[in-house]
Amino acid sequence: MPTIAEKILDGKAGEIVEREVDYIMVNDITGVPAFEVLDELAYDIKNEKAVVVQDHYVPNKDVDSAEQAKALRNYARKYKIANYYEIGKGGVCHQVMIESGYVAPGRLIIGADSHTCSYGALGAFSTGVGSTEAAAAMATGRLWFKVPETQKFVIRGEPGRYVMGKDVILHIIGDLGVSGSLYKSQEFYGSAIESLSLSDRITISNMAIEAGAKAGIIPPDDKVFEFLKGRVKGDYKSVYADDKESEYEAVFEYDASEIVPTVAKPFLPANIAPASELDVPIDQAYLGSCTNGRIEDLRVAAAILSGKKISSDVRMIVVPASEAVLLQAIEEGLIQIFLAADAFVSGPTCGACLGGHMGVLAKDERCISTTNRNFIGRMGHKDSEVYLANPAVVAASAIKGRITDPTELAP
Amino acid sequence: MGKMRVWKFGPDVDTDQIIPAEYLTTGDPKKLAAHAFAKVRPEFAKEARGGDVIIAAENFGCGSSREHAPRALIGAGISCVIAKSFARIFFRNSINIGLPLIEADVFDRIEETDEVAINFDDGVIRDITKKEEYEFKPLPEFMQKLLDSGGLISYIKKQ
Repeated sequence: MPTIAEKILDGKAGEIVEREVDYIMVNDITGVPAFEVLDELAYDIKNEKAVVVQDHYVPNKDVDSAEQAKALRNYARKYKIANYYEIGKGGVCHQVMIESGYVAPGRLIIGADSHTCSYGALGAFSTGVGSTEAAAAMATGRLWFKVPETQKFVIRGEPGRYVMGKDVILHIIGDLGVSGSLYKSQEFYGSAIESLSLSDRITISNMAIEAGAKAGIIPPDDKVFEFLKGRVKGDYKSVYADDKESEYEAVFEYDASEIVPTVAKPFLPANIAPASELDVPIDQAYLGSCTNGRIEDLRVAAAILSGKKISSDVRMIVVPASEAVLLQAIEEGLIQIFLAADAFVSGPTCGACLGGHMGVLAKDERCISTTNRNFIGRMGHKDSEVYLANPAVVAASAIKGRITDPTELAP
Repeated sequence: MGKMRVWKFGPDVDTDQIIPAEYLTTGDPKKLAAHAFAKVRPEFAKEARGGDVIIAAENFGCGSSREHAPRALIGAGISCVIAKSFARIFFRNSINIGLPLIEADVFDRIEETDEVAINFDDGVIRDITKKEEYEFKPLPEFMQKLLDSGGLISYIKKQ
């Protein structure tokens, strides 16, 4: 029996197939090189399939990035791309793709950004590609895929307090290593996955790539269908594997009650340790990104920060993942809590996550961050360090000035 | 092919190392090449010469989808990357833009001071210095066709 990846790609593991894709997403870094290639192809592009989001270096950090954003804007006009998201209207590309209804179960979506695998949380097969193939897909509507083998992850049991999707996926990456799922698709099952919010599931699918995976798929349920009501563009059809009989390359089982708030130390996401076992002073705390910048993430952090101040030795930066998240956070009073705690709050951007702007680290500085990568120099100077964690750990650490398990703060 | 110099890199070389994000305001291979490995190996951009090869351990090119990474290597004159394994987006990007990749387990056998020659048709890496040869499995036919066409765009144009 086929896996979800095999069903959506309509082929058997190992086969190379050419398939029609539903959407192609590019951003301000990957988009311009893609459109330059399209110019060369001189095709009438499938512009209804294209989604263009300004998110990485916006608002522009310097003249070069301003020129790049301008070039992308001009290309969107030239190719008559209606699905274009200027700053003020969108946010971080993956959040925009999901909340604007492009993502739905059973769809095949590619994006010129490695965290495109996020959409697996809604039952889509989605994967990151480069600029040239994004261009090819915009020109022809199609792209080649090697149908991946699938690894099955079953997570049972009840996650403890302050244990989030982030801890589940860091645990898995720590277990398998950063190439443990290379070329493969991941599928997630079990009562713990079912009990997690869609937001937490998106965090899990988002970081599938950090184990090298091509996709991270969660079978869609009522939480997904409810989210899509009044939001999804067009029709969709959910795709499921025959859980018991599908041919998996490997099966991994976990008990969520054994997973604790987890931190990935420099310089790989697989380098994990329990937050409670670390005593690391920090200079910056970052809450945001496609991984953990949703309203659910902001609520968790705000609940911990409410009525408190962050450590005077720490800067805290809060970046909601989209304009919609920002607006909701204002309406719920979360932004007031962050500001009262002495955090800096900005509109949505990828900025600091990739060492771009809005929170770049100096030499020897350490950041506890809800983002997805802690590679050498990822958020700034080559001698700076990034520790990855969930929003609760980041908020607790901001208060204490050192990496802290939030259960330490709980009354 | 003639004699090639070797640059060795370890496991899990990520695309932030190959081309740091702050330089991603251009897609031009030559401009990108000026900053290749800027943070971890600053001498690379100055000293890499046309025809050089990179030999790495597992998971070369992990991390972001930035095609700027293989573009920077092409701009630096790198003729081929040999690794125990490649991250998948980097793998696709390289084939799609015409940078040859070889999956082979030679990281522990070939030194940086060695010179090598590669015969793609026969699937043989020759260590000229040590006078040893290593076979490698050619790419699947479809991917070889893409490479032979000069990348995905030339392939689409030909169709």
